[in-house]
Amino acid sequence: MGDLAARFRAAYGAPAGHLLLLVGAFTVAGWVALRLAAEPTSGRMLVWFVGAAIAHDFVLFPIYGLADRVLQRALGTHGVPASGPALLNHVRVPALASGLLFLVYLPGILRLGRPTYLAASGQDQRPFLARWLLITAALFLASAVGYVLRRWWAQRR
Amino acid sequence: MSAESSPPAGGSPVASGRVPPGRPAYGFPRRWWAFLAEHPPPGAATVNRRWRSPLRGPWLTAMFGVVLLVGLPLVFLTGLLDYLAYSPQFGQAFPRDVGWLRLPQFDWPTRPSWLFRLTQGLHVALGITLIPIVLAKLWSVLPKLFDWPPARSVAQVLERLSLLLLVGGILFEIATGLLDIQYAYLFGFDFYTAHYFGAWVFVAALVTHVALKLRRMRTGLRSRSLPEELITYRAATRPEPPDPDELVAARPGPPTMSRRGALTLVGGLSLLLAALTVGQHLEGPWRRTALLLPRGRQPGAGPTGFPVNRTAAAAGVRAADTGPGWRLALRAGGRTVAVDRAGLLAMAQHTVTLPIACVEGWSTVQTWTGVRLRDLAALVGADGIAAAHVRSLEKAGLFKQATLQANQVLDADSLLALQVNGVDLSLDHGYPARVIVPALPGVHCTKWVAEIEFRSRTGG
Ligand code: HEM
Repeated sequence: MGDLAARFRAAYGAPAGHLLLLVGAFTVAGWVALRLAAEPTSGRMLVWFVGAAIAHDFVLFPIYGLADRVLQRALGTHGVPASGPALLNHVRVPALASGLLFLVYLPGILRLGRPTYLAASGQDQRPFLARWLLITAALFLASAVGYVLRRWWAQRR
Repeated sequence: MSAESSPPAGGSPVASGRVPPGRPAYGFPRRWWAFLAEHPPPGAATVNRRWRSPLRGPWLTAMFGVVLLVGLPLVFLTGLLDYLAYSPQFGQAFPRDVGWLRLPQFDWPTRPSWLFRLTQGLHVALGITLIPIVLAKLWSVLPKLFDWPPARSVAQVLERLSLLLLVGGILFEIATGLLDIQYAYLFGFDFYTAHYFGAWVFVAALVTHVALKLRRMRTGLRSRSLPEELITYRAATRPEPPDPDELVAARPGPPTMSRRGALTLVGGLSLLLAALTVGQHLEGPWRRTALLLPRGRQPGAGPTGFPVNRTAAAAGVRAADTGPGWRLALRAGGRTVAVDRAGLLAMAQHTVTLPIACVEGWSTVQTWTGVRLRDLAALVGADGIAAAHVRSLEKAGLFKQATLQANQVLDADSLLALQVNGVDLSLDHGYPARVIVPALPGVHCTKWVAEIEFRSRTGG
């Protein structure tokens, strides 16, 4: 018995419980896939499901990683001094916040889905772009003020 | 992806096939897996060396993981409650037919009256608040995606495939949810079907993932002390020791941020999103704090200025349909009574202050005045009520009708409202009459009511 378990483990690469758990997850996914296969829009759902992962892993992640790299290069050693506040982070944080807000509220900011928006609310999406820009400006401003204050504080000590 | 230009130090860990303790060994057929490992595509070694962040490691990943482990089940459960709040027993929850994934059925309660406001508000607000943590968790493990070899055994192949369900699942749920609450149906498929079944695919993958990783998470959490991290500055920040999963970078760079800074950043982004969401439930000027959401805006001024979820124009309800010729048809057991608005106003009027909470996760509390639904039932001599079917003047649309449960018909606060905040309903708010029932999703508080049919337990 123990020998069999060990051999299974060596061949499969993990204990049998591992396989059981994975089979569980695939069963649910497979059942849902079969059930939805008959829907005329099932292909789109699949594209959005897989596309969401691909868009994150191979588009969003490389973009923000690259942007961070470029920023670090541009600021050089000034960005991260041995002591005192890091200018780098005072740029990173508002930029990240602004980017996140853009992603989450993208439909309003880019005015996507205008007819459904109008039918639901009786309004248009005009204010959102300006608001997002204002919030972004406020975030950068607050971060800049924070940086100046922290530097002043660090130098005083 | 962090680009790194300095030349590699030492031999390539990829090509040498070094297996640190704890890392899974090759499964069957060993030679094939070893062959795969020894033939990395060009650039694989470079990619591996490019991960420089000294913050990545089992402790940080476990910190994000534990927050999601608490938060995501809550989002799932409140999502299921949303489905149940539609009263699936009447075939009016979407998707209608869910096969094995049918939920246990019960009568959705009318008390507390803020129940649906709470569950659905929590679903949407918590879902949004967890987005930065989901992204941070993915950031902390993403280098693993580019690992070479991609697998050393069948077990690893399957596990990586299940991660596609996990990552695709959570991002799919977030994306469809966000598009729905902003009314941008860009995806071109039915939201309910996709979000409901997507949730189950995701949760199945999540259960598997948690079961496989729980021990790792616990070790990760115990490997460092949170209070200590919270007082460690950037300059004193050191990488975590190498771990069997190789979450820690092979060649970590100097820290640009402390762990405390990273946690504050992610938590701060969550708070920012939460702060921009709660306004959807507040009244007066506070509502405006939901600056980027549709329901942060008051469409009008005065007693009927609160948000609507479907305009009369969109519903195809014209002023002519709601004029003096309008009659409410009450039916029960083959009898019909028609009442005009004056007749309704002549009945006993009740005033209640109730929240109306929309499935899209926003709500507002208003003061409604009208006739009790149970008084209308009495008017047509309906008794032994099992349900009431409400029809709107609206010709098309999913919510031109709704069936109410007995407890929802009989509650003393369940009204056919004629007025709100002391004035007649506006056309967009359902004039001449609309349903308002405590804890009932807003979409089932039918507007422009034309007919109510009371169904008794004995049929008919
Ligand atoms: C930012 C994230 C999310 C947002 C904004 C969101 C939004 C929504 C909305 C608006 C509904 C109501 C649908 C309706 O009845 O009209 C809903 C339902 C639901 N959500 Fe989410 N959701 C999010 C994340 C999730 C996640 C992560 C899960 C799963 C773990 C989930 C599971 C569900 C379920 C099961 C329902 C009921 C489905 C139905 O009524 O058809 N949601 N969600």
